[in-house]
Amino acid sequence: MQTGRTMLKDITIGQYYQAQSLLHRIDPRVKIGGTLIYVITLFFYKNFVGYAMAILFLALVIRLSKVPFKFMVRGMKSILFLLMLTVLFNLFLTPGTPVISFWKLHITQEGTTLAVSMVLRLTLLVIGSSLMTLTTTPNNLTDGMEKMLGFLKVFKVPVHDVAMMMSIALRFIPILMEETDKIMKAQMARGADFESGNLFARAKALVPLLVPLFVSAFRRANDLAMAMEARCYRGGEGRTKMKPLKYQTRDYLAYLLLFIFAAGSIWAGRLHLPMLMVGLNN
Amino acid sequence: MNIVKTENLVHEYERRDEEGNVEGITTAVDHVSLDVAEGSFIAILGHNGSGKSTLAKHINAILSPKEGTVWVDGLDTAQEENLWEVRQRAGMVFQNPDNQIIGQVVEEDVGFGPENMGVPTKEIWERVEESLKAVGMYEYRKHSPNKLSGGQKQRVSIAGVLAMHPKVIVLDEPTAMLDPNGRREVIRAARGLNQVEGVTVILITHYMEEIVHADQVFVMDHGKIAMQGTPREIFSQVERLKELRLDVPQVTLLAHELKNSGVPLPDGILTRKELVDALTSLKT
Repeated sequence: MQTGRTMLKDITIGQYYQAQSLLHRIDPRVKIGGTLIYVITLFFYKNFVGYAMAILFLALVIRLSKVPFKFMVRGMKSILFLLMLTVLFNLFLTPGTPVISFWKLHITQEGTTLAVSMVLRLTLLVIGSSLMTLTTTPNNLTDGMEKMLGFLKVFKVPVHDVAMMMSIALRFIPILMEETDKIMKAQMARGADFESGNLFARAKALVPLLVPLFVSAFRRANDLAMAMEARCYRGGEGRTKMKPLKYQTRDYLAYLLLFIFAAGSIWAGRLHLPMLMVGLNN
Repeated sequence: MNIVKTENLVHEYERRDEEGNVEGITTAVDHVSLDVAEGSFIAILGHNGSGKSTLAKHINAILSPKEGTVWVDGLDTAQEENLWEVRQRAGMVFQNPDNQIIGQVVEEDVGFGPENMGVPTKEIWERVEESLKAVGMYEYRKHSPNKLSGGQKQRVSIAGVLAMHPKVIVLDEPTAMLDPNGRREVIRAARGLNQVEGVTVILITHYMEEIVHADQVFVMDHGKIAMQGTPREIFSQVERLKELRLDVPQVTLLAHELKNSGVPLPDGILTRKELVDALTSLKT
């Protein structure tokens, strides 16, 4: 009967890994921008030299981050199915020179290279972006995004408000989790059953859980709004920051390095190298 | 000029039925006039629904008076342009510690108020440091508020208000959700602010033990001030307190009962030591 507890305990939001590294200290804007650039460059490569450079670069950054490699692999589990599907489709459905054929299915040479490049691309994409969330606190991420999207204020997009909402949501997730746990236990003590029955029965059992949870969430929201107003909160206007984001020399250097990598790997990745091309092999 | 002054303050809540029609009106605060001297420690006492929390929200300009006037440091809280100034000068700590902490790190939460006021970054850090030291939570500055005890969370909330450099701090039942240890921590912190920092403290509570050290006590009942005086004056009227459905501290109650059964004891005994002294002096 203790599944309820363990189930809720296991959910972690964000997957920040606490460590002292250069990558942890770098400005969140650099990390967000860097991840974006990295992911985009992955789509430019036409040969495997580009991928090799991308792997090398990522390996270097992972070394710098001091995050154990197994944490990156953890993120891969969620896309394993997608990955296999991509491989199958690419292997069997790419037209070209057949290498192996059985029954009506042909594995072509083009298909093989395409499948390999797809796997590489997806893997690098997932590891690259989870590296960002592993080394940046959710708070820092919201801060970075608020600052980066600041230009949208011109178009009347409430950037500050959205960022504030996100950080409050992050603060309240553990509190609401604990509350759910409490309500669940209180109801289990009175004979409620959350674990047996089919999917429909289980969903139905959740209703008496959700109602008190929502009521309490609204009450909390009301209290919090009052507490924020009592502390002079009136939106982003005229607000100063306790921890303002400021670019340091290392951040500029990181940008430079990223640019060199992106330009270099795109250039190399688009060279015409007969034996190493993705897809058409001539 | 008194730091907080109310004159004939009235606040009404409208009860509405499902269609939104007014069903009835509850007068939560009924013609309350009170004066709070700067630098004093005031306690407002009352059972649930006596209107004490509503009164507190008027001091912080969260509610606006229906009738009468509230002045905080000479500013009329009903004036729109005074709103933020009033909220800065009269800080407020609420009952539920979880529902008033905004930051995900203790120091960030304490910095929230000064950030809203537009204080320069460097000064925010100074204010955060001194406020956390004042409530004895400085070593927890990097912690997540979720991992703190209730009493510690309330001390962080007090620090968050203190960092705004208020003249008055209103504590609206800050101990209602805490265990006895947490309660003691918070009351000690509040007294510290009053004695060391010279901040006027208005403590709203229904625990009698917490008002023993107050300079002045107001007892509220049905939106009105029912009793007013020093703790000793209040506690000497045990029968009246019972009528108002308030618990009298055990020591005071014991002294009262002893006196009723013929032991010649003085009125309004507040602490165990006082009772012991009074009893030993009887023997001689």
